Amino acid sequence: MAVKKLSEFLPGESGIVERVTGTGPFRQRLLEMGLTRGVRVEMEKTAPLGDPTEYVVKGYHISLRRGEADLIILNMESEEGI
Amino acid sequence: MAKTLTVALAGNPNVGKTALFNNITGARQHVANWPGVTVEKKEGKVRLNDYEITVIDLPGTYSLSPYSLEEIIARNFIVDEKPDVVINVVDASNLERNLFLSAQIIDLGAKMVFALNMIDTAASRGIQIDQHRLAELWGVPVVPTVANRNQGTRELLEAAIRTAEERDPVARHIHIHYGTDVEAALVKIEALLAGEPGLSEGHYPRWLATKLLELDPDAIRRLEKSSQKDRVMAQVEESRRQLEKTWGEDAAVLVAERRYGFLGGTVREVQREDLNRRVVLSEQVDKVLTHQLFGFPIFLFFIWLLFQMTFTLGELPMNWIEAGVASSKDAVQTWLPEGWGRDLLASGVIGGVGAVLVFLPQIMLLFLGISFLDDTGYMARVAFIMDRIMHALGLHGKSFIPMLMGFGCNVPAIMATRGLGSHRDRVLTMLLIPLMSCSARLPVYVLFAGVFFPRRAGQVIFGLYVFGIAMSVLLGMLFNRFLLRGQEEPFVMELPPYRLPALRGVIVHMWDKVTIYLKRMGTVILAASIIIWFLGAYPKNPELPEKFEQERVRLAASFLAKAEALKDRQDFAALCLNLEQEKAAALTELAQKQKAEEMAHTFIGRVGAAMEPFMRPLGFDWRMSVSIVSGFVAKEIVVSTLGVLFEAGEVEEEATEGLQQAIKASGLTSASALAFMVFVLLYTPCLATIVTLWRESGALKWMFFSITYQLLLAWSAAWVIVQLGRFLGLG
Repeated sequence: MAVKKLSEFLPGESGIVERVTGTGPFRQRLLEMGLTRGVRVEMEKTAPLGDPTEYVVKGYHISLRRGEADLIILNMESEEGI
Repeated sequence: MAKTLTVALAGNPNVGKTALFNNITGARQHVANWPGVTVEKKEGKVRLNDYEITVIDLPGTYSLSPYSLEEIIARNFIVDEKPDVVINVVDASNLERNLFLSAQIIDLGAKMVFALNMIDTAASRGIQIDQHRLAELWGVPVVPTVANRNQGTRELLEAAIRTAEERDPVARHIHIHYGTDVEAALVKIEALLAGEPGLSEGHYPRWLATKLLELDPDAIRRLEKSSQKDRVMAQVEESRRQLEKTWGEDAAVLVAERRYGFLGGTVREVQREDLNRRVVLSEQVDKVLTHQLFGFPIFLFFIWLLFQMTFTLGELPMNWIEAGVASSKDAVQTWLPEGWGRDLLASGVIGGVGAVLVFLPQIMLLFLGISFLDDTGYMARVAFIMDRIMHALGLHGKSFIPMLMGFGCNVPAIMATRGLGSHRDRVLTMLLIPLMSCSARLPVYVLFAGVFFPRRAGQVIFGLYVFGIAMSVLLGMLFNRFLLRGQEEPFVMELPPYRLPALRGVIVHMWDKVTIYLKRMGTVILAASIIIWFLGAYPKNPELPEKFEQERVRLAASFLAKAEALKDRQDFAALCLNLEQEKAAALTELAQKQKAEEMAHTFIGRVGAAMEPFMRPLGFDWRMSVSIVSGFVAKEIVVSTLGVLFEAGEVEEEATEGLQQAIKASGLTSASALAFMVFVLLYTPCLATIVTLWRESGALKWMFFSITYQLLLAWSAAWVIVQLGRFLGLG
């Protein structure tokens, strides 16, 4: 399975969170919003200016800046598996 | 005598918490600020059965971590004020994420009731929740509600009363199990906390131990006074090391994962979801509104609409208010005997009240628009679309709307920062808003650009607006780097589904702003207006009226003599007419001169004149200095002060030809004229803005900082322009 940063996902791609890197409040906030190990995340779309990006986690929509999405490492799901 | 009960409302943002609060308390609510900070504190009262219930609306938060002011407030209220019951408003269509906060409230040991809100939306999206199973698992009574339609409110309050009285059959306290290793560490830390005064009551030790294990700075502060501090922290470090060794993860991550593990389990137990009916409409709407190509034009259209509604439509009632104020002034001046009392009432009090009231229509309309955008869910998309640009200034996308509104009027714009998530963002936005050139500064530009750059006035004025924006970008980066460094908050933002807002909620929201403005701002602005009026009217020079009366007598006599000499001429009648006109002109000139001398004699006039040496390097004479000083009150006054001092007669907002010529004749260079416009653009916008900034930032230091940096910036920018002008030979 391919490992990718969340920031590298294209629209429609999804993956399972492997780990959340980084420190302090940023990481804490990501964890609180439900971005913990084993959670499925789908990339929805990027804002017109290229940043931030909208993702779907646990059935709700969340917007992350590139720098924040960089902290999240995921295992890609194969296209067919969705 | 009724029994009293304190109930706190907690919940995530966008879950209908405010609507529920309005349902519970109706009109019996008031808005204040949390002590020392300007996060809104809404409190209301309701009577039910034998109880007088006080309801406190805590700030909407996703968590109770100590990284934002809002979260610290919510947490400290539950920990320190110990409300009898916490009503946790939970979005039924987004159960798992919402329960994260609930788990933290459970850890705090508070008695809790769930308001399972938006149960109708959840159902329409194919989500069924077994509320009895949820209540059983968590030991928390569950009441389904639809806050938008005021359903379930009474049942919710009854459940809260039952829980407070410990009569509810399901209410019990559960512990969320954080795994054997974490639990073992907690036991060790708790043992050290036991017996410590202030740290060992109720469920508090477990919560504190968990937070210490996460190295929560606020929890560590709570330990500060304890004699056991060093031993406890040594144990915390030891436990963290062990957990890190075993799990390869930070204790905070382990706790968050375990918590979500428990939440995931709960959701699997209680929720049935029909995946075929997932949304849908909201996502379709969003595809259009945040579209790569159409997103921006649509957004610009909405924002243009908001701006027009606030400032163009708002101008109508503003004019009525101004007219009303003017006619009451006239009435007072007509009906009261002359004297300082009449002046105080007419110019000080009525003028001051007018200065407060005049912003009211714009504040109402702006907040009507903002709460509408907020409640539909579009505001989150505004932040989504604009974040890239605002991020460059160290701000959140949400700061865009307040900044933009600054072009209309800085006062409502600064108030609009209330919608921002964090205190830091609010302060930074407030500091930058004054650089947005508000509409009151335009007459100054029109006057000077018209005189000195007649063929390029439009470009010059446009350039001033752009210059203000450029300065805000520059200073935003500077403040972000040096002033508020390291406090930037994660952007992580929920994009809630689109909804039709409830009219009632929108109106209540608007009304809150109006009362805040009238009560807290109004009083200060009024007082300040009276003081400024005094400084602008006193001291009076008692010799002036007499001196000018003599001048007038002399003038009349000289014209009489001239007429006498022409008496025998044939065209005497025509000559007389000419003489009359000449006399009238001379009298007007004399009156203007008197006004100018009177103004020069007042405190403001003296301060302005005393400022002249500082302004001389910029090429401004004493009259321009005085107009800058009086411009502290409002930018409209700059032009009218110039009108008086240049003896050009009555000047309202629009400059007259007379004033233009007088300024042209004064020998001002075009570089200094440009410098003056830039100075007006950059220095403190008006008294009301200063007061609003003080009240909204919650600290005098930000007000003084704002005044200081703007004066320095205005002076330096003006100075650079004058030097450049000299260098280019424009001087």
